[in-house]
Amino acid sequence: MQYVIKSLKEEDGEHAMATADRWLLPDGIDEILPPQAAKLEQLRRDLLDLYRSWGYEQVFPPLVEYLESLLTGAGNDLALQTFKLTDQLTGRLMGVRADMTTQVARIDAHTLQREGVTRLCYAGHVLHAKPESLAASRSIIQIGAEIYGHGGIASDVEVISLMLQTLLRGGCADIHLDLGHVAIYRALAAEAGLGADLEWQLFEIYQRKAVPELEAFLAAQVADGELRDMLRALASLAGDISVLETATARLAKAPAAVQAALADLQQIAAQLQTRYPNITLYFDLGELRGYHYHTGPVFSAYIPGMGQAIANGGRYDHIGEVFGRARPATGFSTDLAALAQRVTQSVSFTRIFAPHTDAEGLQEAIQQLRAAGKVVIQALDAEQTPRSMGCDQQLTRSQSGWVTEAVSGS
Amino acid sequence: MTARLRIALSKGRILDETLPLLKSAGIELLEEPSKSRKLIFPTSNPNVDIVIIRATDVPTFVEHGAADVGVAGKDVLMEHGARGVYEPLDLNISRCKLMVAAKKAAPEADGRLRVATKFVNITKQYYAEKGEQVEIIKLYGSMELAPLVGLADKIVDIVDTGNTLRANGLEPTELIATISSRLIVNKASMKMKHGVLQRLIDQLALAVDNNR
Repeated sequence: MQYVIKSLKEEDGEHAMATADRWLLPDGIDEILPPQAAKLEQLRRDLLDLYRSWGYEQVFPPLVEYLESLLTGAGNDLALQTFKLTDQLTGRLMGVRADMTTQVARIDAHTLQREGVTRLCYAGHVLHAKPESLAASRSIIQIGAEIYGHGGIASDVEVISLMLQTLLRGGCADIHLDLGHVAIYRALAAEAGLGADLEWQLFEIYQRKAVPELEAFLAAQVADGELRDMLRALASLAGDISVLETATARLAKAPAAVQAALADLQQIAAQLQTRYPNITLYFDLGELRGYHYHTGPVFSAYIPGMGQAIANGGRYDHIGEVFGRARPATGFSTDLAALAQRVTQSVSFTRIFAPHTDAEGLQEAIQQLRAAGKVVIQALDAEQTPRSMGCDQQLTRSQSGWVTEAVSGS
Repeated sequence: MTARLRIALSKGRILDETLPLLKSAGIELLEEPSKSRKLIFPTSNPNVDIVIIRATDVPTFVEHGAADVGVAGKDVLMEHGARGVYEPLDLNISRCKLMVAAKKAAPEADGRLRVATKFVNITKQYYAEKGEQVEIIKLYGSMELAPLVGLADKIVDIVDTGNTLRANGLEPTELIATISSRLIVNKASMKMKHGVLQRLIDQLALAVDNNR
């Protein structure tokens, strides 16, 4: 101990360095301060209230879990994205959640064990080992909703609608909704009979829509000419709703699952157009993103001025199988902090000043105001004034008792 | 309403070889960038402007959405590990090779191979795929010097004519990849400005085909 103190004194320069960066947070780890924090919290409450009004029950999945359950059904990218630590009690490896979806799926499949449709929602921090995009945060507040036990497009339309409501609540305008269907890719890839490694390579090529590499890959790995044409077409099947017709023609020889998927998208689009005529629909049948667990319709929402999707989701049936119960599932999530930045309206309350005194009736007056949702700040000594406390109203004594009045001169 | 587009290009060969392609898509610079201190250049199309930046920054601009489209060498994309952008078109320009080079008739290194390069990620991956553990020395330029002064056994670098290598008594030994420039597109832009972008991609694809 003595040595440490001595060395700190001797190497004054180094000591100064250490204090200079002691406040630094790790890269990509941020904190949210007033007034942004108030805005975010208001939005969080609004959204959870919204989900409750749609019948979604809130769950709080744990911050850490054993790795096996955390990564179930997900691809290798989620594993790399997860911070790991050893459980000192069991010696087993735990992960800090990087995505709450698999946790909620476990809760539905194993913990709740309900029959029929279950609707769940959640909000909480997730931690990413690597930022998902440049300058993205590594500590994200994820908020979302999931619906289990229904396999038809009605549940897809419901979660997409709820996602759009979420964005509208967050003040997003000019929303572009991107719709895709992973079953199309999966059916074609299965037809090609690629091994897991090659399939992963192909998945990654589609994620980048790297047409030159796709050509090379198909030439080397897929012998069937028809199938090759269809896989090539998949990378360019994007655009407005007319793409679905083009796809029906160009993928006519594909397995039945592909045609079924196109029919699904057609119906989902028709319903969304009726419900949300102001939203621009975009279709991208070769869009593959996320953690490799999706199986059906997938969707993301984009808004002008943002280089990444603001919210996304999709169907991931049967992820719960490993937990003992295969259940159809679909849901969405968004980054609450990113969404809160879109909210232009700031949350402000009238701050009422109460003097530093024991005078009769003051405490009752304060309590009444606070119970009514007002912000009342009582001075801690006689020096403090309404101005110094940032208050624009104050409690003063009149003949009829304590009343609030505007601070003079403000 | 037509969407505005911003294109990111890098100085030098990529700029010189991309401009003729853009011209065939009806986009021309209004002034000579080398004679200007500007960073953002208007074009003959009032909805399109061009930013001229360092080659290694192009994927960053496009991934962020600071530019909708960009042109970047495949070497830069591989090194950047760009998964956040689309790469829909090979422009077939600025062609060169990414190669391993060593001193002529150099004996095989004892123990762990030392490789000098600015392409750290590509080199690591290349040797990992070969099942070889190597020591990578990150340099920012004049890679050819490293084997001459005993800093490294081999280098990984872009080889165009091979003249610099020869002049320094080095020779290319292995081909890692053939490189050309790619059109890259921001994912959100591709979805929100699909009409304009798809037109641009198609026009460029046509121009590339005509060049062949």
